[in-house]
Amino acid sequence: MAESALLHAYGYLTQPEIRFLDAAVERLIPTDELGPGGRDAGVTCYIDRQLCSAWGTHGRNYRVGPWLEGTPEQGFQSRLTPQEIYRIGIQEINAICRARHERPFDQLQAEKQDEMLKALEKGAVDLPSLSSKLFFDLLWRNTEEGFFADPLYGGNRGKVGWKLIGFPGVPSSAYKDHLDNPEPYRAEPVSILDIQMKQAQTDAQGFAKHVMLKQEGRK
Amino acid sequence: MTTKMKPVDAVVVGSGVVGSIMSMELANAGLNVLCLERGRMIDPQTDFVAPYVHDELKFDRHSDIFQNLSRETITFRNNAREIALPMRELGSFKPGEMVGGTAAHWGGNARRFLPHDFEIRSQVTERYGKSFFPEDCTAQDWGVTWDEVEPYYDMFEHIYGVHGKAGNLNGEIREGGNPHEGPRSREYPNPPTKRTPQGEIFANACEDLGYVPFQGPGAGMTRDYNNLYKVQLLECHRGGFCSSHVCSQGAKANPLSAVLPALYKQKTFELRPLCNVIKVNTDSSGKQATGVTYIDARGREVEQPASIVVLATYCFNNTRLLLLSGIGKPYDPQTGRGVVGRNYSYQVGGRVHLFFDDKEFNPFIGGGMVNTSIDDLNGDVVDRSKLGFVGGAYINVPNSGASPIKGKPLPHGTPRWGAEWKKAVAHNYRRTFGIHIHGSCMSYRQHYLDLDPTYKDAYGLPLLRMTFDWHENEQKMARWMYERCIEIAKACKPAHYHAHAVPKKYSIIPYQSTHNCGGAVMGSDPSTSVVNKYLQSWDVPNLFVVGGSAFPQNAAQGPTETIGMLACWAADGIKENYVSRPGPMV
Repeated sequence: MAESALLHAYGYLTQPEIRFLDAAVERLIPTDELGPGGRDAGVTCYIDRQLCSAWGTHGRNYRVGPWLEGTPEQGFQSRLTPQEIYRIGIQEINAICRARHERPFDQLQAEKQDEMLKALEKGAVDLPSLSSKLFFDLLWRNTEEGFFADPLYGGNRGKVGWKLIGFPGVPSSAYKDHLDNPEPYRAEPVSILDIQMKQAQTDAQGFAKHVMLKQEGRK
Repeated sequence: MTTKMKPVDAVVVGSGVVGSIMSMELANAGLNVLCLERGRMIDPQTDFVAPYVHDELKFDRHSDIFQNLSRETITFRNNAREIALPMRELGSFKPGEMVGGTAAHWGGNARRFLPHDFEIRSQVTERYGKSFFPEDCTAQDWGVTWDEVEPYYDMFEHIYGVHGKAGNLNGEIREGGNPHEGPRSREYPNPPTKRTPQGEIFANACEDLGYVPFQGPGAGMTRDYNNLYKVQLLECHRGGFCSSHVCSQGAKANPLSAVLPALYKQKTFELRPLCNVIKVNTDSSGKQATGVTYIDARGREVEQPASIVVLATYCFNNTRLLLLSGIGKPYDPQTGRGVVGRNYSYQVGGRVHLFFDDKEFNPFIGGGMVNTSIDDLNGDVVDRSKLGFVGGAYINVPNSGASPIKGKPLPHGTPRWGAEWKKAVAHNYRRTFGIHIHGSCMSYRQHYLDLDPTYKDAYGLPLLRMTFDWHENEQKMARWMYERCIEIAKACKPAHYHAHAVPKKYSIIPYQSTHNCGGAVMGSDPSTSVVNKYLQSWDVPNLFVVGGSAFPQNAAQGPTETIGMLACWAADGIKENYVSRPGPMV
């Protein structure tokens, strides 16, 4: 498979949106001594593919009016779909960044980006079309998904999310013998993508054959 | 134009835990049985295959095996002063939509209710006095007793291959089991699960505090098992991905793995998927059901005549179909009169998270049914007189297989994102477990289901409206349970722990449990129940309404085992009594 096509095929997001999201997800999950962050994990690509799916237009949501705001307990009541929330949200946030700092979000310094993200999270940014908290909550939910979902969805590249926490991915049938064993079970993670690309082995039932990690630590 | 089909002896609406067992039992009795399912046909050999089922995003987040809300949802409000709004996306609960129903993606906890739960109104009244119940509480006895239903729990357990250790065998208390369970007539069909290291820490702490821990019963095979219907279920590998998922091994008993393979072999059985029943039809007297009307996959309206109609859908749809069909008197919360939609209830949940610096676990190893439990705080075990609440909870440490997107609790005070969050996630994923509270929920005059005046489904029919909030009784119970759980947590000696807050208002957003109950409850009095003790409609004797809808209030244990038991019990009633003498059984 052409790796470059996997890494750079965007179906919905525009170039400014990709730059915005690359910058934002890298602040949400930064690159550090523990490993790669959201940008190199491919979270933006993950979000793009989700926006191209039925979920991106809330295809399985109830989308009939009347549309009332309701109480917080009544849950999501926005008319906007995820596609619209990202498109409109990024446009309006970038407009605020330009008004305040004369440049879009992705060109701000990291501290200014963090400040903006924190304000969005609190619902403290007055966006014309949607609650900034709604935008942030969706962005953070998708960022976490993109960092920890199977790499077959475009994120969690190199299984960096799973390596970070020590999750072995597709389970092994050996687990049942390990259920009551206090010894830490450490294995090189196996993804569904690995198996599809024939880079990992399974047993006859489709469970992963794990390669155990010997040394301490998570790398 | 309506197409009219050839009559059948029995039409069963829904192919989940109830529909599959009732179809099997009625077909076994020689009846021509047609099962109508709104969801699509499932072939577990192609739909749920490893490694592709081990996909948290696909099944837990964006699943196409849950109800498609674009066609039908419910509306919700906390109280009658608010305008109910549609549940636009799934959150608090996840009803299913496919052959196999909601039970296909259950976690596999298979627990019997306590004998006390079936007679809670009379037993609590007798012990603590009539005024012990909150004034607005409408909890009531079920109309059946433990001795009547125990054989049907036993039957269900031998269909679903439930594992566990008897704690009360014919009245004799046995070590290793739950000493508070009702007397069981025989041992579980399969041995209990092994205990995880997390379960061991919890069990030791519980013993120090005087509780009696045991391995929770469940339906994830502890060995290869040939069930009552001669279907082979394979020993579970403990790879997680149970709740919200369908097991690739068929090691978690559910309609697809434990019943349907045998049912498909029945010559007098037919399954029609993608048929959405919209009405139970009655004759001009309104006292006899003539069959059902459904919309098929091509959008055609079809009338299906039948001598017996069984509603076997999720709690919401059983209630809604009765309301749409004009069967039974709709409940009116103003007067307290009427029965359809009355006594909606849910389940109380809670968690205490423990974090260790000196221990590391394997949180991804386990299954939805692997847990270590105590039942010492449930039912009426502890004297309630000083506690001031009705109901109870079981407490456990589940090892359901911590998935990487949602299974990463963090100590309080950890930032939600950024570098500190990342460090905390890396440190804690393998160093934490939770003590979970699963609590009962009484029913109340102001909590009910009815038809929404505004919002409609894809066929133009009114959605079901839920009016529900947490009651002070359940909040009191949850607070007391949290105090006990914090004592247990401290005895586990973690580096940090924190408890979730007792919710002030019920919210439809976070997932809590797919344990919605009531709306078409069973009982011995037609003025307070929709169906009699045999799950037979008081108004239309050839209509049976079976499922979580029949619970007059909810107990602490997950409902699936009791729903399955009710299916076995109702099917037996029809086979043994109704078929030879059709008419009211009470």
